[in-house]
Amino acid sequence: MGVYLKGFLIACRGIPTTVWVSIVAIVLGAALGLLLALCSQTKSKVLRVIAKLYVDIVRGTPMLVQALIMAYGVPQLLQSMGSSFKWSNLVIPAIIVCGLNSAAYMSEVIRSGIQAVDKGQMEAARSLGMTRGMAMRLVIIPQAIRIILPAFANEFVTLIKETSVLGYVGVVEILRRGQLWNASSFETFPAYIGVALAYMLLTIPLSKAINGYERRRARKEAAA
Amino acid sequence: MSMIEVKGLVKSFGDLEVLKGIDQNVEEGEVLCIVGPSGSGKSTMLRCINRLEEPTGGEIYIDGELIDDKNIDRIRTKMGMVFQQFNLFPHMSVLENLTCGPVNVKGADKAEAEKKARELLTRVGLAEKADQYPRNLSGGQQQRVAIARALAMDPEVMLFDEPTSALDPEMVGEVLDVMKSLAAEGMTMVVVTHEMGFAKEVADKVIFMDGGYIVEQGTPDAVLNNPQMDRTKDFLSKVLI
Repeated sequence: MGVYLKGFLIACRGIPTTVWVSIVAIVLGAALGLLLALCSQTKSKVLRVIAKLYVDIVRGTPMLVQALIMAYGVPQLLQSMGSSFKWSNLVIPAIIVCGLNSAAYMSEVIRSGIQAVDKGQMEAARSLGMTRGMAMRLVIIPQAIRIILPAFANEFVTLIKETSVLGYVGVVEILRRGQLWNASSFETFPAYIGVALAYMLLTIPLSKAINGYERRRARKEAAA
Repeated sequence: MSMIEVKGLVKSFGDLEVLKGIDQNVEEGEVLCIVGPSGSGKSTMLRCINRLEEPTGGEIYIDGELIDDKNIDRIRTKMGMVFQQFNLFPHMSVLENLTCGPVNVKGADKAEAEKKARELLTRVGLAEKADQYPRNLSGGQQQRVAIARALAMDPEVMLFDEPTSALDPEMVGEVLDVMKSLAAEGMTMVVVTHEMGFAKEVADKVIFMDGGYIVEQGTPDAVLNNPQMDRTKDFLSKVLI
């Protein structure tokens, strides 16, 4: 049994990195995703095309490939052009890729959230003299956030799991910890079971917390 | 100078021409009721006045000022709008619904805005609902809050787009009462409505629209009791039982 515990504890040492990368990436993804969602809603055709192209490219390619391009491809390209660019820490391109990737998904989620808000809300806000931007900020987005919160949380859970590909570009997160220990101990089954448990330690409480929040809010809204 | 001046207003949705040249003035303190069958363009006309629909042709002046895309946000602060579906902001309390316009658009002091909001709620008989959320109010109460929200901006004109059409019959009266008191206080009002009783009692002028035109206009008595045009007679014979 001790070997399983050891595998679990070793995998757990990767938790801070996984959590850190996931949090920064989800924040980056939400911010950029909102920007993309707003672009896809504007009257400007150029902005709409850019937003659409971005989403298509990101969703159409595996995150591992994007991570390899960002971590190794980009520095080599820049070096071939005479720059001495080098990532000071491979966590940086990893976070960027996760954030860019998440943004593509978040933009779709946010866009659907904005569209789910009744059209009369924008009209009522505008009729009070609000500009379009003000109406978005004060009336539409707060309502859209409530609509998309469960999807947003699911995206965070997904993102935590997807960061497991970052071991391949040199980030020592949960999976990479397990792999390294496996390579030295040959305790393959305990190593990967430990990795799986470490991920569950993050994802299951998060899912439960979101469900609880949703239920509380539904109750509050029914009672208020 | 008229409060509202509509000149040659045309509005098309694609190939469908909904308004085919409307000319109409509304004077300060006047209550204008617009009646007519669905699809006649009456709501579209009202929505064009505060540019929720962009006119295809023609001009609209508010207080002598021609509305365009640039000044519309400022001009809208002079026009309160009440919608058929209330459109209260569900994520804000009743009080916040009333203060969000004055505070964010006009830069009003928050405490001042709240004081005024409470006065307005008292006026529409809902002072005790200030801290409730819209979903906990009945339709009639929500519509009265919506009227108070529009009034919180100190408008010079109030536009009503079928304000009682989405209400249960027993709640129509409470909303019409608020509108009647508003009219009695001298508010300039444009009301799209199917409530012929309200139009007869409150309106200074009634226009009957059909097919994108104003078919007939005049005093409530002239249009609703002694219509001259066959189309008006036909419509009224169906709605006035």
